[in-house]
Amino acid sequence: MRFSTLKHAAIALTFSSAVTLSPALAQESTDPIKLTLHDWTGQLITTEIMGEVLKKAGYSVEYVQADYLAQFAGLESGDLHVAMEMWETTGRDAMDASTATGKTEVFGPTGMQAKEEWWYPEYMKEKCPGLPNWEALKDEKCAEAFSTAETAPKGRYLGGPVTWGGFDDERVEALDLPFEVIHAGTDAALFAELESAYQRQAPIMLWIYAPHWAPAKYKGEWVEFPEYTKECYTDPKWGSNPDALYDCGKPFGDIWKVGWAGVKDKWPGAYKAIKAFTLNNDEMGKMITEVDLDGKSVSDVVQAWMGENEPRWSEWIKK
Amino acid sequence: MTAPLLETKQRSFIAPQMAGRLSVAWLVAGGVFVLLWLAGDEVAKWAFAYPKDWFIPAAKWVSLFMKWLINDASFGIFTFTDLTRFIAAIIDLPYRFVLSLFATGFLSGQGSSAVQIVPPLSWIAVTGVVAMMGYFAGGRRLAIGVAACFGFLAVFGQWSSAMVTLASILVAVPIGVVGGLLLGIASYRWQRFERAITPALDLMQTIPVFAYLVPILVLFGFGPTAAIVATVIYAMPPMTRITTLALRGVPSEVRDLGRMIGCTRRQMTWRVMVPSAQESLMVGVNQVIMLSLNMVIIASMIGAGGLGFDVLAALRRLQIGAGLEAGFAIVALAIALDRLSQAYAWKVSQPHVETSRTSFAARNPYTLAALGLIVVSGVLGLIMPSFQNYPETLTLSTGSFWDEIVKWININFFDTLEAIKNAVLLNILIPFKRFLGDLPWLGVTGILAFAGWRLGGWRLALLIGALAALIAATGQWEKAMITVYLCGISVIFAALIGVPVGIIAAERERLWRGVQVVIDTLQTLPSFVYLMPVVMLFRVGDFTAMIAVVAYSVVPAIRYTVLGIRRVDPKLIEAGLAMGCTPWQLLTKIKLKLALPEILLGINQTIMFALSMLVITALVGTRDLGQEVYIALTKADTGRGIVAGLAVAFIAIIADRLISAGAQRTRKRLGLV
Repeated sequence: MRFSTLKHAAIALTFSSAVTLSPALAQESTDPIKLTLHDWTGQLITTEIMGEVLKKAGYSVEYVQADYLAQFAGLESGDLHVAMEMWETTGRDAMDASTATGKTEVFGPTGMQAKEEWWYPEYMKEKCPGLPNWEALKDEKCAEAFSTAETAPKGRYLGGPVTWGGFDDERVEALDLPFEVIHAGTDAALFAELESAYQRQAPIMLWIYAPHWAPAKYKGEWVEFPEYTKECYTDPKWGSNPDALYDCGKPFGDIWKVGWAGVKDKWPGAYKAIKAFTLNNDEMGKMITEVDLDGKSVSDVVQAWMGENEPRWSEWIKK
Repeated sequence: MTAPLLETKQRSFIAPQMAGRLSVAWLVAGGVFVLLWLAGDEVAKWAFAYPKDWFIPAAKWVSLFMKWLINDASFGIFTFTDLTRFIAAIIDLPYRFVLSLFATGFLSGQGSSAVQIVPPLSWIAVTGVVAMMGYFAGGRRLAIGVAACFGFLAVFGQWSSAMVTLASILVAVPIGVVGGLLLGIASYRWQRFERAITPALDLMQTIPVFAYLVPILVLFGFGPTAAIVATVIYAMPPMTRITTLALRGVPSEVRDLGRMIGCTRRQMTWRVMVPSAQESLMVGVNQVIMLSLNMVIIASMIGAGGLGFDVLAALRRLQIGAGLEAGFAIVALAIALDRLSQAYAWKVSQPHVETSRTSFAARNPYTLAALGLIVVSGVLGLIMPSFQNYPETLTLSTGSFWDEIVKWININFFDTLEAIKNAVLLNILIPFKRFLGDLPWLGVTGILAFAGWRLGGWRLALLIGALAALIAATGQWEKAMITVYLCGISVIFAALIGVPVGIIAAERERLWRGVQVVIDTLQTLPSFVYLMPVVMLFRVGDFTAMIAVVAYSVVPAIRYTVLGIRRVDPKLIEAGLAMGCTPWQLLTKIKLKLALPEILLGINQTIMFALSMLVITALVGTRDLGQEVYIALTKADTGRGIVAGLAVAFIAIIADRLISAGAQRTRKRLGLV
């Protein structure tokens, strides 16, 4: 497993303590604050931690199940209030479109970093010894090891849903990789294929992201592409291919908290607590593993975290 | 839609023509088409790839219109959004009540600070009451069946989620049934109304839900109410269609009788027509229940929670077993609700026996027993929690059983399956896809319009030509062709499987009961549940998508075939027997011919069902209009989503109108009309 280290945690923490004390809780609305739940474990954990913390501060909290992207309609109208995980890598467009209306607001980074890149199981290293260096993929034999009947002799790379973007088609072209990009429709389909291939120890190269349970469950590595910089995506001259953009790896990115713009006025104290909230990838990775692989319930894992980290979260809700 | 609409069923004018002239006309049209296809590339490039400069910016217009509707549309005193929010509030009332009754209990306060005043109905009470209802309506067998379904929910630990789902179904289904019935009666009475509503029904059923999800969320607010609205929009059309068809099918003797005894118009409708059509109407009710449960997954994406959410969450963790359990809980609910409603309808249609007993207790033994059970189990539940909630220690789970099975198949049979898949893919799917992809849009539009003209006259030709041209003009042609390819292949497979199964099952009561369970399961088990194992075995791609579409769209092909064959007048079959028909002659010369209208309606519905699966198949990486809709949803681009959704609907309408017109002509020739 690889998790990048974080710098935002510290920044956000200091930020919260620097703000002056809020007015008494009594002035705030007693209406429930609605937090959205999505369908992946990490998000459930993040949201429930936030919810529990807000409950400790005396707020009424309600969890509403909502789709990751469809929720923006609810956040804009004030039917929903807080979404705890909006990934830079997958939700940026929707988030920007929504905040541009002025009805929603970014509540700062969660402190966690999204990582996503081409990934292969460890057993593929035998067939393609040059990995994880991306240049190994240029070798035709190596690419063929990743091929299927439909793509042969090219290798098959299973990309994320089209909606995730990611510029893999462009990357393959820019780096001149003998690979064909196939898009999975959902991440469930993505991991279904991985599970299938892993069971058979069959070749597979696909898009994996973290924090997620997959890198904990399956042994494997991320391909090391030339490191992402902003210029790589904007200036063709950058990188090994002077005529093309995207001749580098994928960017890392923050995972953001977003919500209804009215939260600030309706529940000022909660607003501060939400802004102060941070976790890091290692904590999150551990908790996701406990839930998805060890079979613990989300509530148990959240309660354990609450017990261990009392000083931290009481700082968030300090008056 | 404002295009001139056709009532193909009523079309009486078909130019008398000889077979020779017909084929000459087709030959000429076909020749022109092939010529354009083969040689047109150099002469008229624009006939192949629709020129970008000619695109109609429909997506932009729709987005602007929606913006206006949401922000500015007003009726003077109140705005459009006020109106929709008001409707949402009205739907919310019964929903809150039912939800409290079954799932959350009656609460005081809001959110996490709420305090429960009265607990919800205990699991024993709910199971007991539905069992009693089953006994009342259908006897011991039904009672046991229904109790087993609800017992399944409790034993497999799905109770609380299932009650949330049940609450939204109990609100959505009555709205769908009553609304559909009223619209159906109206379109039976007024031809003009039917003409207006038929395209609307087509649109409701074929525009993928994802396309209008964003506007619905904005208009009706985020949460269960919006989910109910979306469910009703999707589930109501079959009820309306079947109502109209069923009322038309009421024998004229019955109508004459009604007239003779001096029924008023209202009496005629409610006392004569609707009861006589009851058997067919119940197929409509069944469809509303099934389609509502089918929406459970999508509803859970917009805040309805319940079993749909459990399915999604489990499959994201690749816990196939857990997903399957939640999926089968949806099926159990569907089967229990459907069988109960069927039995009640049957019971009501039986002649009433007037009893002389007058005491309330004697007249209502079931009501009293149910109330007693609710109170007793509620009180006991306060003392012993296991009476209120099913004890957690006693829940069962299949655990990793299903995951192991899929793994076993995967490891042992993957190569065989891969070989089959490749054979089908390379020999059927890909050639067909290429073939459709190469066709010039102008030629296809022309030939479709020509077919419309031959089958139904110039108005049909105009409608079909206009719809096809609009698909091209909004820049969707390529994706539309992929859609036609995927759905076309799937519908052919579904019909090849469904019609024979329906024929065999129609006359074997026992087999039919078994088949019913299978098709109810296919229709209500969220496709997502079996989609992921299918992905594991067949990888993402068209083949996997095709399996999902066939599995879902085979259902109406079977159901309507059975309905049609069973409605054949037994006297005609007797007559056939008396004339010495062999069983084969009996089937082909009498039953199938007379059942043709229903079978064609079934094929029509198969196409609609196949198109409605596009959204799901987008989840396994197709590149068709379904994917376009899905992308639009993820970008919250209302205009793009609705335009792509409309293109799907246009394909459906073209197919529907051509099939109906063709069927009408065939029936005329056979002397069935």
